[in-house]
Order: sequence, then C-alpha cells, then structure tokens
Amino acid sequence: MTDDLLVRWLTLAGARVAAARERLTDLDAAIGDGDHGINLDRGFRELLRRLETGLLARDPPAAVLEGAGRALIGTVGGASGALYGRGFQRAGAALLVPDGGPATPLAERSREERAVVAFGAAVDAIAALGRASTGEKTMLDALVPARAAFEAAVGSGANLELAVRRAAEAAEAGAEATIPLVATKGRASYLGERSIGHLDPGAASSALLLRALADAAAEA
Amino acid sequence: MIAIALVGHSGELLRALRAMVAQAAPAVPVVIAGGTATGSLGTSSPGIQEALRAALRASDGEGVVVLFDLGSAVLALEIALEELPDHDRARIAVSDGPLVEGAVRAAVEAAGGASLAQVCAVADAERATAKLPPDWPDRPGGRAVSR
Repeated sequence: MTDDLLVRWLTLAGARVAAARERLTDLDAAIGDGDHGINLDRGFRELLRRLETGLLARDPPAAVLEGAGRALIGTVGGASGALYGRGFQRAGAALLVPDGGPATPLAERSREERAVVAFGAAVDAIAALGRASTGEKTMLDALVPARAAFEAAVGSGANLELAVRRAAEAAEAGAEATIPLVATKGRASYLGERSIGHLDPGAASSALLLRALADAAAEA
Repeated sequence: MIAIALVGHSGELLRALRAMVAQAAPAVPVVIAGGTATGSLGTSSPGIQEALRAALRASDGEGVVVLFDLGSAVLALEIALEELPDHDRARIAVSDGPLVEGAVRAAVEAAGGASLAQVCAVADAERATAKLPPDWPDRPGGRAVSR
C-alpha cells in the first residue's frame, strides 16, 4: 500500500464517517448506547487534524497506521476506538517486523502482499482485544469475511484496487448478515434476542471504512 | 498504602463514588479516570494511563487496585496497562468486583494497611457477596446470589 493511498483513505474515511454520523448513531441507539457515530466522528476528526498539522506522520505507512490508531484510541471514547485503534496500530507494527515465514523479506514483497499482512494483523488484533469471533454481531462479522476476500483476491493475482473492492463487498455483505444475529458481545448483548432484526453498528462502520478504502484506491 | 483507581464512562459518577469512598476511608488515595478527554461519556486509554501513574505515585509505589465499569472500560484499561512499563504494571491489580461495593470495600481494606493482593481479593469477593438480607421475600426469578 502506498503512503499516498493510506492518507487518501483516512481522509475519505473521515468524510464518510462524518456523513454517516447520524446513521451509525441511530443503529447504535437501537441496540447499544447510541454514540457510535458521534464517537467515531470525534476520533476521525482528531485523526485528520493530526494529519493536517503534521502531528501524525504521512509516511512511512507503518507510522501512519500507528499514529492513526493512537488518535482513535485517545479520542473515540467507546469500544470502537479501542478496537479500531488497536487494529490500526497492529497493522502498522506488522509492517515493521519480519513475520518469520517466507524467505522474501516483507519490504521486498509486493504492496498487495504487504497489505495482506497489515490487514490480517488488524483483524487478529481486533478479535484478540474483543475476545470475539464471527457470528456474535460485531465488527468482526464484516472484517473477517473482508479479510478472507482480500487474501483470496491477492492470492489469485488481483491488484490492490481490485482486492480492496472485493474486501469492501464482502464487508458489506457481512454487515447485512448481522441483522438476524443475536448479539453476544458488548452493550447489545444485554438485549439478547431483542437484538435480532438490527444491523450491527460496528459491522456497519467497518463496511463503511473498507468502502472508503476501495473508493480511495479506485481514484488512483 | 495501596491506592484505588476508578475507571469508567462518567467523571461525574466517579467523582461521586470517590466521595463515598472517602467517607469510609479518608486516608486512602483514590484516583479517577472517567469520561473522554472532551468530557463526554466514554473511556480514554491515555486518561486511564495517567490516572494509574498518579495512583502509583500516591501509593508511594506500594500498588494500585483498579475497579472499572461496563463496556469499553475493560478494553481501554487493557490498552492503558499494556503501554506501562513492566515494573509499574506489576504493582497494579485489576479487580473483577462491582464498581461501587468493590471500591468501598477495597478502600477500607487498604486503610488497614493490607497488601495489594489482599485489597484486590476483597474487592473481587464483593462479586459473590449477597446484598439482600437472607430473610428477604422471594423475588421473581429467585435469588441472584446463593448463600
């Protein structure tokens, strides 16, 4: 992933989050504590402010991701800030450390392969911090299929632009598929079966962020 | 003396709880981390980390027992703890006890000069302590805590 794409993604994601602020908050009000859009918007505003003022490095990618994660952790205030923030941080960290497996060092692999490593690290980190897996009506119901679609696309030779489009599509389908699920994590789990019939706000914001990534990549 | 750190979504709630704790154990240092950096309802890892450092100083390095409320508090707390140096983290014990009862109980224990493990243990034990008296009439759904 080029540095430029990361910055364009975060900028577009910030705008999309701001535009979806009410929708995400309404989704959260139905089954949670009604602040997801407000919280995420506050976090992305701070993230973009740091990008604009140079507090957040625009390069290299590992530093952008780490700084973006730090901004979200510090300012979102809800579980989503901790989860997305940690995801961004671990994605950045994954780009810095050798993963021990293949013979080709990370830095010499294609941007698609590096993106697979970063994306995978982010999803793993979110699952680990949240002690969650798919089927629990959380952001992972969008992120896990997105990661699988992304890896499959890269594995079959797709370029980054196509692979992130596949990821966004899978995330959107995964988010929609949370509607009939019973929430077993987070505030929504208090509702038990009454959470059925509602789109999970975290899955919705994950799909939104990945759609922003696909659109940012398509602009290139 | 062991210090108490209260972590949660609302500064207002935690300030009031700190006042309740001070009534029971005025000498025990109590540090709070409630709400986001901008004062909204929510949790803040940097704020929690700062509070934990302050609590460690207030305890003269003896140790800190943390009580927290619901939802993202445990996530923010985990991130705050991970970024602390090992020697600080080793002197912080997170209690799984209920916020109000656990905080008051822990502070009273701390005031008596108990160790970090002892203070954490009594706060944890509040989870399983019945609040209703034994002769309380049956409730729909029965008793929450068996005796």
